[in-house]
Amino acid sequence: MLAYVLRRLLQSVLVLLGVSVIVFGLLHLTGDPTRLLLPLEAREEDVRQLRALLGLDDPLWVQYLRFLSRAVRGDFGLSFKHQVPALTLILQTLPATLELTAAGLGLALAVAVPAGILAALRRNSLLDVICSVGVLMGQAMPVYWLGLLLIMVFAVGLGWFPAAGRDGLASLVLPATALGAFSMARIARMARSGMLEVLAQDYVRTARAAGLRTFVITYKYALKNAAIPLVTIVGLEFGILLGGAVITETVFAWPGVGRLAVDAIFSRDYPLVQAIVAMLSTLFVLINLAMDLVYTYLDPRIVFVRGKQ
Amino acid sequence: MSEAASPAAVAPLGPVAAPVRRRVSFRAAFGITVLLLMGGAALAAPQIAPWDPGRQMLAKRLRPPVWEARGLAEHPLGTDHLGRDILSRIVYGGRISLGVGLSAVTLSGLIGVSLGLLAGFHGGRTDAFIMRVVDVFLAIPYILLAMGVVFALGPSLLNVILVMAVTRWVQFARIVRADVLSIREREFVSGARARGNRSMRLLLRHVLPNALTPIIVVATLELAFMIIYESALSFLGLGVQPPTPTWGWMLADGRNYIATAWWLATLPGLAIMLTVLAVNLLGDWLRDTLDPRLKI
Repeated sequence: MLAYVLRRLLQSVLVLLGVSVIVFGLLHLTGDPTRLLLPLEAREEDVRQLRALLGLDDPLWVQYLRFLSRAVRGDFGLSFKHQVPALTLILQTLPATLELTAAGLGLALAVAVPAGILAALRRNSLLDVICSVGVLMGQAMPVYWLGLLLIMVFAVGLGWFPAAGRDGLASLVLPATALGAFSMARIARMARSGMLEVLAQDYVRTARAAGLRTFVITYKYALKNAAIPLVTIVGLEFGILLGGAVITETVFAWPGVGRLAVDAIFSRDYPLVQAIVAMLSTLFVLINLAMDLVYTYLDPRIVFVRGKQ
Repeated sequence: MSEAASPAAVAPLGPVAAPVRRRVSFRAAFGITVLLLMGGAALAAPQIAPWDPGRQMLAKRLRPPVWEARGLAEHPLGTDHLGRDILSRIVYGGRISLGVGLSAVTLSGLIGVSLGLLAGFHGGRTDAFIMRVVDVFLAIPYILLAMGVVFALGPSLLNVILVMAVTRWVQFARIVRADVLSIREREFVSGARARGNRSMRLLLRHVLPNALTPIIVVATLELAFMIIYESALSFLGLGVQPPTPTWGWMLADGRNYIATAWWLATLPGLAIMLTVLAVNLLGDWLRDTLDPRLKI
């Protein structure tokens, strides 16, 4: 068990190192970072100064090590546009993003898990059909389109919720719905097939043969076992949602990290872009590490299976 | 529905994955029909589209679809803020969505399948290294990475396809690796090896053909994803650039008019949803038909 945890930790560190290479590479894509960092009409003098300032004349690996040693201390440099440390900006906007992501995920789980389970219990019923149509639609709708439709109907048309901004619970409803819809579809699908799989297991048949009531079988035996795979899904979904937040925040003018990132990209604020990509990736890795450990706790067999791989 | 209360309906005793045949084939038929229509329209865009998608007719700007009061018969789906015909733009936009989607899937499939084959077949350090790289790409918010790269390199058609492929190949790599891990233990592989086949030939002639089913299924589902991905990049302004009409860009354009001209943002989105839905239905059907045990 301990060995497994240590191995997972080491893996996570390796992954973060990989992320740092890509984040570092982002700035060196065009060969000369000053071309990305400065406006196209920058004077030759400025270019030279910036090169000296960033130590761009050093060998690449020296530059990378310098970047890495700063990055692990949370130092990604000053945002060009805002002239404050990139990390400060991220920490200011991260709560808004986490709020949106958590709301989206919460909403998705609250709707999808009961819906998926009910659909499995009443296979081929009207409810099941409605559910699967919902799943198909949810998986096919781009988040920004759903967002626009929601704004059109519920903000512009009915005036129930604000169309943009972050101002209290009412402003969270539309963006969380738009963001959560895709996950909702995936989770409902997983919950349904997971429940169907569990219901076909021998122990469920035995329980039934032993004369246990359907209610007890469903809620005491089946549900618990069907819930286990959902735990890992939640971790992965959280990462997907963090990515989706970039677009959702743009549509709803939600003041989070995603919008900050889009803004940073368009204003050539690459230190800030690097910091955001690094931070979001780290968050994803940590959440998945945590979920994996929870999963191991729920289902100890997994240590053995993965240990063998 | 009332039958659900009885225990027999609660517990399906037959094989769980057995699809209800009639419904599956209806879904598949729907998906394939929509795809054929969309694909056909995209291919024959110059013949089908009633107008040049870039032609501006300012006198007829912001006209609603034909079924609304101010609609015009010659513009069945209305016109945009520059008086361009929406139907023609959607038909031409399909070329970008499907074309870019297919190219990106092909490219990411080539990368992912090769690396997945290598990882699964060689195992050991090669495998560990490739799988860590996979983890790295899974951890990075791909849309931000793509935006950063496209912005740095410039948003050309080729760059958009490249970036989409490079950020999504992991899906192929993971599934192929998992499959190859079990295939390489099978007897026909050791048999082929014993006959003196070299690794490369072994991989291409014996291992790859047996891993084709999941590859086909993933490719279909990834196509659906890539269509959304491409339109998201366009929507954010980093896809294929105007004046080429793309669905994502049309949506972004229509955003400024959602209070007054609902059709601008609604119709291109509908085109995206229908196409993605159709591709997904095709993918589900392929999976259920080719190998119902696949968990993708």
